[in-house]
Amino acid sequence: MDPLAQTLVELGAVVFCLGLLARLAGRIGMSPIPFYLLGGLAFGAGGIIKLEGMHEFAHLSGEIGVILLLLMLGLEYTAAELFTGLRRSWQAGVLDLVLNFLPGAGLALLLGWGGVGAMVMGGVTYISSSGIAAKVITDLGRLGNRETPVVLSILVFEDLAMAVYLPILTATLAGVGFLGGLTTVAIALAVVTVVLMVALRHGHHVSKAVHSENSEVFLLNVLGAALLVAGAASAMQVSAAVGAFMLGIAISGSTAHNATLILEPLRDLFAAIFFVAFGLNTDPSAIPPVLGWALVLAVATAGTKMMTGIWAARHAGIARPGRFRAGAALVARGEFSIVIAGLAVASGAVPHQLAALATAYVLLMAVMGPLAARYVEPLAKPFIRRPAVAPQP
Amino acid sequence: MNVDETNLPGLGRRKDFMTASGRRIGVVELREGQTELIVSTWDDPDTCQASIPLTSDEAATLGNLLGGMHLAMKLAEEHKDVPGIVTRQFSIAADSPFQNQPMGKACIRTRCGVSIVAIMREGEVLPSPGPDVVLHPGDLLVAVGTQEGLDSAAEILRHG
Repeated sequence: MDPLAQTLVELGAVVFCLGLLARLAGRIGMSPIPFYLLGGLAFGAGGIIKLEGMHEFAHLSGEIGVILLLLMLGLEYTAAELFTGLRRSWQAGVLDLVLNFLPGAGLALLLGWGGVGAMVMGGVTYISSSGIAAKVITDLGRLGNRETPVVLSILVFEDLAMAVYLPILTATLAGVGFLGGLTTVAIALAVVTVVLMVALRHGHHVSKAVHSENSEVFLLNVLGAALLVAGAASAMQVSAAVGAFMLGIAISGSTAHNATLILEPLRDLFAAIFFVAFGLNTDPSAIPPVLGWALVLAVATAGTKMMTGIWAARHAGIARPGRFRAGAALVARGEFSIVIAGLAVASGAVPHQLAALATAYVLLMAVMGPLAARYVEPLAKPFIRRPAVAPQP
Repeated sequence: MNVDETNLPGLGRRKDFMTASGRRIGVVELREGQTELIVSTWDDPDTCQASIPLTSDEAATLGNLLGGMHLAMKLAEEHKDVPGIVTRQFSIAADSPFQNQPMGKACIRTRCGVSIVAIMREGEVLPSPGPDVVLHPGDLLVAVGTQEGLDSAAEILRHG
């Protein structure tokens, strides 16, 4: 077979398999992310089937997938929502950061992966999957629940934390020294503040620049702008993902909403390829040795997210069952943990086991998260006393 | 009545209030434009027993039903000193012969001595509608008259 034909056949087969996997995931009510990762493991180095032709394409598509994931994370909340979220839930947000960053960072230090590894693994265990959380809340009919705004505002805070964390991570991975690191942090903070201010005051200008009534023109505008900004950010040694994320924050209002609708299918495709590409580059035989640690980390960080949710919900005056529901809704980790691990692996600054640990961890958490959210109430029964309010006649 | 409005970042808005019986009831407006009716469970006001997606037609009809009931109750209260006068509501079915026709065509006042005092449409009240008002399917007519008059008015609206 000539190379083009081989690439097309391989790519077609992979995408088709992903379709089947996504369908299976939907059938049993689970996030497709763990399935994509497993798919990547199966196709990749040391996997069941070896694919050679599509590596280059998978690599570039994976990069675009990351850009789209971060762009849409930025689009998800308006600048005003981010500010209100920061003001209202900074305490819960800080608790969330401390409780969930430390287990990952601690384990990385314990395994001797050094400061860079700790920085990466901390991020992997910190960030909840806002995609899985939002889907679980909607699917379980908890939109109207009182603890839902609490959960969402923690996710908003994590969103903001990512804006600061990603530039720092990129700098750390690039191996700049302490002083250089401080400079990068200062620059990152300044850029985030400026972008937020611009988005709050002049967001409509940015929105106007990309907006169009014609959906084709609009799609090309948004995608082109995202790739341009991402490329420019990448050239300036800030990660491409950060650039796309900032653009997402700057676009606001109905333009942001329309952009979300129009980009969703593209994001789904490229993000799926990104997860596969991540799996492709992970050696499945590296997973069993770290599986034990992944389990320990999964249990520990499920516990810390529960604690975060319980504290935040109690702080908001929610009764006991709601506190447990809030905690469980936050347990899932997914796309952004893989994005962080992917950035780290691509830079080559971390040992290869990290990719294996991150993969195993996300596989566990993406499955455990929705299950925890669904079954937390019956499981937590012993801890939940019936509320003191007497039933109304 | 104190309606709480809560922002759901990234998803939409929740508007609800506490009923006297200790249940929370309200709506969630999603960013995509759908509406969900939410009702809390009796033992845990934080959680929802039901969250029911409503189309805009359904939401308007539900609004009419609840609003019409309120209006009818108020009217009945005002007429309670006049014996023999009753307030009743009629909804215009999709197969009613008078749908999309001016109300005057039904000649309800002439034929059965019943007055249509208000029309509830999409959650809004049209007070004292004139004969030129065009009836839509889903409209709720609030009528005042005698028991017999109202019976025949119902018959007219249903079958012409």
